[in-house]
Amino acid sequence: MARTVTTSRRTVNTVFAGALSLLMFFPVLWIVILSFKTEGDAIKAPFEILFNTGWTTESYGAVQARSNYFKHFSNSLIISLGSTFLGLLIAIPAAWSMAFVPAKRTKDVLMWMLSTKMLPPVGVLVPIYLIFRDLGILDTRSGLVFVLMMINLPIIVWMLYTYFREIPGEILEAARMDGASLREEVIHVLIPMAIPGMASTVLLNIILAWNEAFWTLNLTAAKAAPLTAFIASYSSPEGLFYAKLSAASIMAIAPILIMGWFSQKQLVRGLTFGAVK
Amino acid sequence: MATKASRSAARLMISPAVVLLLGWMLVPLSLTVYFSFLRYNLITPGTNPFVGWENYYWFLTDPSFKAAMANTLLLVGGVLLITVGGGILFALLLDQPMWGQGIIRIMAIAPFFVMPTVSGLVWKNMFMNPVNGIFGHIAQGLGVQPLDFFSQIPLLSIILIVSWQWLPFATLILLTALQSLDQEQLEAAEMDGAGSLSRFFYIMLPHLARAITVVILIQTIFLLSIFAEILVTTNGGPGVSTTNLTYLIYVSSLLQFDVGMGSAGGVIAIILANIVAIFLMRMIGKNLDA
Amino acid sequence: MNATSLLTLRRGLVGASALVSVGATAALAEEITIATVNNSDMIIMQELSSQWEEQTGHSVEWVVLEENVLRQRVTTDIATGGGSFDIITIGAYEAPIWGAQDWLVALDDLGDDYDYEDIFEPVRNGLSANGTLYAVPFYAESSFTFYRTDLFEMGGVEVPEEQMTYDEFAKIVAMLHDPDNGVYGTCQRGKAGWGENMAFVGPLVNAFGGRWFDMDWNPTIESPEWQAAINYYVDLMNNYGPPGATANGHNENRALFADGKCATWVDATSAAGYIFNPDESSVHDMTGFFQAPKQVTDKGTGWFWAWALAVPNSSQKVDTAKEFLAWSTSKEYVELVGESKGWVAAPPGTRRSTYENSSYIDAAPFAVTVLNSILAANPADATKDPVPYTGVQFVAIPEFQGIGNYVGQQISAALAGQQTVDQALENSQRFAVREMTKAGYIN
Repeated sequence: MARTVTTSRRTVNTVFAGALSLLMFFPVLWIVILSFKTEGDAIKAPFEILFNTGWTTESYGAVQARSNYFKHFSNSLIISLGSTFLGLLIAIPAAWSMAFVPAKRTKDVLMWMLSTKMLPPVGVLVPIYLIFRDLGILDTRSGLVFVLMMINLPIIVWMLYTYFREIPGEILEAARMDGASLREEVIHVLIPMAIPGMASTVLLNIILAWNEAFWTLNLTAAKAAPLTAFIASYSSPEGLFYAKLSAASIMAIAPILIMGWFSQKQLVRGLTFGAVK
Repeated sequence: MATKASRSAARLMISPAVVLLLGWMLVPLSLTVYFSFLRYNLITPGTNPFVGWENYYWFLTDPSFKAAMANTLLLVGGVLLITVGGGILFALLLDQPMWGQGIIRIMAIAPFFVMPTVSGLVWKNMFMNPVNGIFGHIAQGLGVQPLDFFSQIPLLSIILIVSWQWLPFATLILLTALQSLDQEQLEAAEMDGAGSLSRFFYIMLPHLARAITVVILIQTIFLLSIFAEILVTTNGGPGVSTTNLTYLIYVSSLLQFDVGMGSAGGVIAIILANIVAIFLMRMIGKNLDA
Repeated sequence: MNATSLLTLRRGLVGASALVSVGATAALAEEITIATVNNSDMIIMQELSSQWEEQTGHSVEWVVLEENVLRQRVTTDIATGGGSFDIITIGAYEAPIWGAQDWLVALDDLGDDYDYEDIFEPVRNGLSANGTLYAVPFYAESSFTFYRTDLFEMGGVEVPEEQMTYDEFAKIVAMLHDPDNGVYGTCQRGKAGWGENMAFVGPLVNAFGGRWFDMDWNPTIESPEWQAAINYYVDLMNNYGPPGATANGHNENRALFADGKCATWVDATSAAGYIFNPDESSVHDMTGFFQAPKQVTDKGTGWFWAWALAVPNSSQKVDTAKEFLAWSTSKEYVELVGESKGWVAAPPGTRRSTYENSSYIDAAPFAVTVLNSILAANPADATKDPVPYTGVQFVAIPEFQGIGNYVGQQISAALAGQQTVDQALENSQRFAVREMTKAGYIN
């Protein structure tokens, strides 16, 4: 199995892959650097910035003074976690029944669910806005939790469905023979086996919900506004603004970036959508 | 194998998801269809009379409509081409033995975690700005005229930004698929004297087919409604050169506040999206069933 | 089912969020939500509002957005009666239209201390509908030409006493254009939008003798006057403007000018407070100003605009909102900014008392010129030929936003070289005819 690889080949691979990855990562790295510069320094030539300027955290202070970061952060957290877990609650039974009791129409139902994701959100903003107004849930976290749950539900169902299908039916049969009820079957057999898949479903959906920038911006004002709204107030310049924009950007993406990095293995393991047999 | 009882239990278990999604689709959709037959402008409130197909006429004859269709196709197609092509190459490279695989992979997937608004703003200002951006500085350092990305190659600039965001996703899925490839098969082919190119085309690519369809399906779903990146960089311009269908609907319903016409556009976009969906489903259905 | 599940969901989560928001303050204290733009004057207001919160016990939630996004959010909310905001920031274009539609709370009763007479009459009129004030001005502006005194001196250019023509202006710009040393002859707005590039283009067209509509509301965008004006604009910018001009709006140009990259810039007088502020600008002691140029006429060559605060009818906290307005647009507020942020940064153009204050006149060398420009701008008579509308750089009808944005897009495409000026104007004319037909002005 293990191929013998010469050290020189390994070195060449490392250099190439390292260089390309660094290139992909560079924009993020660059805003980290700029966020610790003064506004005046942040617009200088790249070499000047790297080797000829000092470091400061004043931009972070300026951003925090203008907008309450922690309010937006906790909104983002509640909305993305809430919508993901609510979605999971509804998707697990659906995916279970699709995977283990397939009917003739199962595939069509799945594909139909995915197709609901293709509706352009702008096309239905005004109707949704009116409905939200009448229900009194404009600018509430619960309203956003619901909307984001709905737009990500098809993805959750699909991902879970593909994992569940990989679980051999015989194991479930055996459990049933032993007299396990449906509920026990799901809780004691299915879920433990599907944990890796569920972990990556959860992670992917948290990422998608965290970064969703249409509904979160249009259905909130102040109270429920998450980090996407926070960053929107830095989108046009007031004088020199690169350092402040960088700091605000880092504050908005850091939580999800760090989560993504730490859970990279879990995320990747399940991120196959049934593409790997 | 499934008993009658378990079938009805299954139906019960799937119903919350189906009913919710049906409601989520039908309620706004029927309102949208209804609005599309009204003269309904947010800033001129009145009685909103029924006007028949007028809004559809206005939307379809909108001078920007054709351009928006073309831009949508170019945007989706361009990004798919770059991310799938680049993703395969990148995945092949990352699949090779190397030192520090963990840290290299962490750097490579970072763009996927970045909010679309943030990536749009960062590319627009810190990179593509011809005066203060990095590319501008580099051009000045080399003594050439800096490229003015958003007025000279606006659509391509957007395609590049979006591709940067989606390349990691494609790479990850393709890499996972690649790692499940039977090494012995590859080695056997190598012994039979198959060159690396033919190994790639006859063994790896067929193995990747499923993964590629999955990447195409998922990305298309998201790419059809690209919005934030356009909003924060070009606002659909210059002219309509970066206006896609989603953005055009936004312009009608939220910048001109013509909800009637915007709704007509929404209905048209939904029909088009469903055509694409059926096409994709056929393709993916075939590949996933195996 | 959908609606019911929504309600259940709501109940569940309201309970949860009630736990979070227990930290509420005193008995009568209310929390108001203010939507505003990210202009420097507004950011100062945001900083200083903590003083108001301390005085009154109320608290303020801020929604700070970029101008286009703000306009879209606020319009959606107010038109659907969403009630998300208690105070909104609107301009001289929206105030009369929205006031007439009964979307805004009348603001005639902010108390005797408020001193309405102190607010300049044209500003008050610009924010009223049918004689009722619907928005109170935060700052008001006209447009004039900023120029670099050092560069003019070096080039031996004399600034004429009289209003110069755009032809003369172009000659000066050509002479001072020096991109090798990082100085562009002129910076003008290129970013598409009725409040962005069209704010410059509108008065330019007025100067060249053009108008948006004739007396029967037929669009006249393909007229020779428009052709001349837009060709002038595109040539000027392509020859002597900075690269990437199609992305530059007011804020971007202000940053470029403050950074010393522009020799001339025709834009909002309100930017003077920033350009002359030594903390913000590297050219604060080498900037002068003169009137925006004229061409075949001097009518409508400087625009009129005011940013104002208003209370939507859908607000649940009208009284507290009014209390905030009475504070943030008062004489005392102007003084507060002057004392704490420096007089040069005081909100300009709204109150006579500001211009009677010697501290302000001393700190702001531009004060008198700004005031004269604002008082001279006449939205009711801004074109060479008669028109059925009012407005200098805009047309005060609801349909104008859509038309202005589209024409702005077309002109920015012409500026980017993606189409000719003729094409841009042809498309614009066709679009304007379409929109006016749709709205029933013409058949």
